[in-house]
Amino acid sequence: MAFSKTFIPPVSRISCRSIRNLPVEGDDWDVLIAHFLGVDHCGHRFGPDHPAMAEKLSQMDGVIRSVIKRLKNDTLLVVMGDHGMTDTGDHGGESQKETDAALFLYSSSPLFPAPGSQVEPEVVPQTDLVPTLALLLGVPIPFSSVGQVLLPLFPQNGSRGVPTGLSQAEALWINVKQVNRFLETYSNMAKDIPPDSLSQLRADFSNISSQYLATVHKGHLPSPELVVFMQNYLTAVRETCRASWARFNPFKMAAGLLILGVACMLCYILSELSHVVIQEGLLKLPILSGLVVGLVVAAGQLFSQGYLELSWCAGAAALFSEVLFLWRTHGVSPKGRWSPSSLLTPALLVLFLRCASLLSDSYVIYEGNVVTFLLFTLSIYVPLRLNWDGLLVPLPPPDTQKPPQLLSTALPSSVVRRQAFILLVWLGVLVGSLYLSLSFHNCREEQGTCQPSPFLSPLSRVQDSQLRNLHYVLSVGSLALWGYLLHRWLRHYGNLNCTSVTLFSACFLLPLACVCMGLHWAVSATPEDTFRSLFELIGLAQVFLPRTSFCLLGLGLILLWVDPMTVFLKSRTPLNSRGTSLPPPKYRASTGISPQAELHHLIPQLYQRIRHSLEDGGTESGEADSRPAVEAYGLGTVYSAPLVLLCGLLGLVLLLLHPEGMALAFLLLLLEAGAMLHIHACSTNLSSLHKHSNGFSVPWAPVVSWSLAATQFFHATGHLPTFPSIQWGAAFVGFPQGHTGTALPASLVTLNTFSAHIIFAVGCPLLLFWPLVCEVRGTRSTRSAGVEESEDAVMEMRLRESPQKFSSGLLQLAARYLFVNGVQVFASVCAAAILRRHLMVWKVFAPKLMFEASGFIVGSVFVILGVIMVMRVDVSVGGLFKKLLPQNSR
Amino acid sequence: MMWDVEIRGMASAHAIVASSIFMATVMPAVFVENFSVYGSHMVWLYCVAGSVAVVNITVFWLLGISPPTKKNTLSYKLNRLFRSCLYFLLSCLFFHTVVVLYGAPLLESALETFSLAVLLSTLTTLRCLCVLGPNVQAWIRVFSRDGAMSVWDTSLQITTGCSVIGAWLGAFPIPLDWDRPWQVWPISCTLGATTGFLTGLLAAPVWIHWHRKQLTYKLK
Repeated sequence: MAFSKTFIPPVSRISCRSIRNLPVEGDDWDVLIAHFLGVDHCGHRFGPDHPAMAEKLSQMDGVIRSVIKRLKNDTLLVVMGDHGMTDTGDHGGESQKETDAALFLYSSSPLFPAPGSQVEPEVVPQTDLVPTLALLLGVPIPFSSVGQVLLPLFPQNGSRGVPTGLSQAEALWINVKQVNRFLETYSNMAKDIPPDSLSQLRADFSNISSQYLATVHKGHLPSPELVVFMQNYLTAVRETCRASWARFNPFKMAAGLLILGVACMLCYILSELSHVVIQEGLLKLPILSGLVVGLVVAAGQLFSQGYLELSWCAGAAALFSEVLFLWRTHGVSPKGRWSPSSLLTPALLVLFLRCASLLSDSYVIYEGNVVTFLLFTLSIYVPLRLNWDGLLVPLPPPDTQKPPQLLSTALPSSVVRRQAFILLVWLGVLVGSLYLSLSFHNCREEQGTCQPSPFLSPLSRVQDSQLRNLHYVLSVGSLALWGYLLHRWLRHYGNLNCTSVTLFSACFLLPLACVCMGLHWAVSATPEDTFRSLFELIGLAQVFLPRTSFCLLGLGLILLWVDPMTVFLKSRTPLNSRGTSLPPPKYRASTGISPQAELHHLIPQLYQRIRHSLEDGGTESGEADSRPAVEAYGLGTVYSAPLVLLCGLLGLVLLLLHPEGMALAFLLLLLEAGAMLHIHACSTNLSSLHKHSNGFSVPWAPVVSWSLAATQFFHATGHLPTFPSIQWGAAFVGFPQGHTGTALPASLVTLNTFSAHIIFAVGCPLLLFWPLVCEVRGTRSTRSAGVEESEDAVMEMRLRESPQKFSSGLLQLAARYLFVNGVQVFASVCAAAILRRHLMVWKVFAPKLMFEASGFIVGSVFVILGVIMVMRVDVSVGGLFKKLLPQNSR
Repeated sequence: MMWDVEIRGMASAHAIVASSIFMATVMPAVFVENFSVYGSHMVWLYCVAGSVAVVNITVFWLLGISPPTKKNTLSYKLNRLFRSCLYFLLSCLFFHTVVVLYGAPLLESALETFSLAVLLSTLTTLRCLCVLGPNVQAWIRVFSRDGAMSVWDTSLQITTGCSVIGAWLGAFPIPLDWDRPWQVWPISCTLGATTGFLTGLLAAPVWIHWHRKQLTYKLK
């Protein structure tokens, strides 16, 4: 037998020559496989409802017609698709649109009797093709096939039209024997088929075999009942196998749930006791002992079983270190500090509702709306709560009954009014962007009347040229606004005065990358046949424009890492004049002896002077007598500026991987994140007199909203926790010809899918910095010192004043964020474990679990990245002050 | 002693309001053909809203809870009445906006959404108007921890909070695939709001009675 495979290239114009070259007429083949990639290519590029697709399909019709014309009498033509496609032209998921494909069978000589005499099945499983084609070719059915021969392709019993072929009953009998052999062998090796159904199947088989052999022995024709019986047997085997191949290991599931639950608890306790953990260093011993336990378990397994099951070793190690950590913190934790009632805050209640919603398939299907609903509730709760505490509106004029010392701590009513106004404005922005973001959602198969967002389809698929231009202008406009807002923010806080490479990346790389992206969108939006003459150029541009943007943005990220300082220092006065310009002695009062203490006190002092000079115009150089020794611009946002820039650059990278229309959604994301940060800052400012701030603690409400916003924008960027909705197009941005490996496209698709998780995870430390950036001048120092005259903003330098509190605050924030995300993973694991026999488990819960878990892993990696970035900045700030100290104290 | 009188008065007022809701559910069945809470939901909704409004205004007017008017001229009274109506309308629009932002359809069934807003306004804003008069600053003041200045203010806090939370909880069953008649928009929310309001009416006297030792009201 000779197999010959002809590969038809996916070029849009198949020449007639290549079809004529199909060696249909020759005698030197048994099977001829022709693979027309064009339809698939066209579907991926344009989707099913594009004129180009219609053109392609009619072209294919022509091909099939011409093949049919030259078909010989003993040839069977099988035209089949190996998959369907979604409305976006992708495939790989399990939705009906993707798994359904056409099947067309043709033979020149009448294979089938007159139409109507046979029942033609509506849908046939693809597994049925293998045994059918094998028997038609006269080769054995492959061993592990569980398919069933397609009866209409075989002559009916008794009709002797094709004397050499097998009759229907004979084909079925061969099929039954083959499937039975497979079943016997399989059930001997793996014990997962339930014994009672196995014995039932065995009984059926022996029944069939005895009946069939008896009829054949007598020379009769097998009865139609026997044929049906055999068909039923084959179907039963297939269904039994399908049911038993979905296997669960309850013991492992319980162990996994236990480890995950304890890990969540650990994160919670870590966030509550972060200062203790930082002080006492409780982490080393549990980690080391966990490793030891893991190794011991591995050795034990090797010794007793002879092979290694890695998941058990890792599980034992994780569980042991978790439990040891919990046990140790139990010893050091202050008694009675946290009670169950502290868990009953509305923020955690919202988190609980979110987790509970993961247990119901309806809520998972409408997850985008559910999360938006909860986020909306949580944001409205903030001003309501502030009002309840009497902090939103200025206090009434002083009462005589109130003790006077209480009054002195209050913010001035103009400040309160201003902060409340800012808070309400940002709340409006948040609510507006939440509402608008609902229009970027994609639709699940299960949502009946839903229409996917029009912004989700790439511009090249938009038919109406005016609409396309409008979309393009909107996208480029939001891209430009994204860049402008970043630039504006950095300029506002004076971070663009420096001469470092970071300035270069912010001022030049960012706009350049934006321009490249705009051009790339323009090029990819042009319909394929408008500029035939420029075909080569367009192809080149499609490769190089996105690659250039990738490189520019990557360069920006690297430069940001190399030099994250966005501070501009300017020494102006002679060093010896420092003594004259000392601020009031409150910073000198407690100056220590050691250089370290000296350093600690110098920093705020330095900063005060810098602020002074900034307020007095900053640039004038006339008064040299009492002006500060060093000027620094952008020191107040030294931590948040690189982080904001990092988020901006990352956001552009991720935007490039999305369809063009998603630029609007990304702009909304930026606005929403900003609004959440400002609301958090305002509410911290307003409540600063209510509860005395202990360190840099971020409350639960902003952390929960931050995490919910990540999920919300997962949906608002057109993603869904289902496999058909993965945006495969991301793998071909900059690589329109495809890839050779799998690592690069896989990472591109991962970045695309979890872009919202990534941006919010990296930006998580901003929650710690923002209240300091937006601090109300004079509030904190007034409270602490009781002196009215300190009007200077210290902003993020406050973090340098107490590094211990800074570290514990950062640890607490990261632990809280991980806890909030981890609890959601835990809930979806529970859902998948409890509802594993649910009707919707493979459509809803299992994909949800996989997306949630992958999102958690990606998110955790990027949280750690964000924290590392902050530490990197901290190191270079430390370096800066080390450099300054000797200069000034000499 | 004074406490008991006030609490008893409030409990009976609340009982009258609650029974008016009950009557508004039962009575139309006599007059309107094919009346049912689900089937002809809008009729029920406006019956409840109307009866609650009438009974509330009557009870508070009879009890004389409303803040004393500074001037007794007719024009001033008309001005107050006009401002009250305006505030009520504005609060309907406000609730409508909030409900739409929460995810209600924008254009289709806008009438239903607005009816929900009317019901919510009746259960919350109207009581504010009755107790505090058309004075937004007083409203804002009431919803703070120590902003309540009388038993009625506390009861206003409780009933308003319960109504809004009830409507919020009422949105929960909407996405579920149970295909029940009360899952149609906005039935579950209106039922939730009404149930919450009734709960608030019941809870307010009980809560105040329970906490009467801790409650201290400043004089106005």
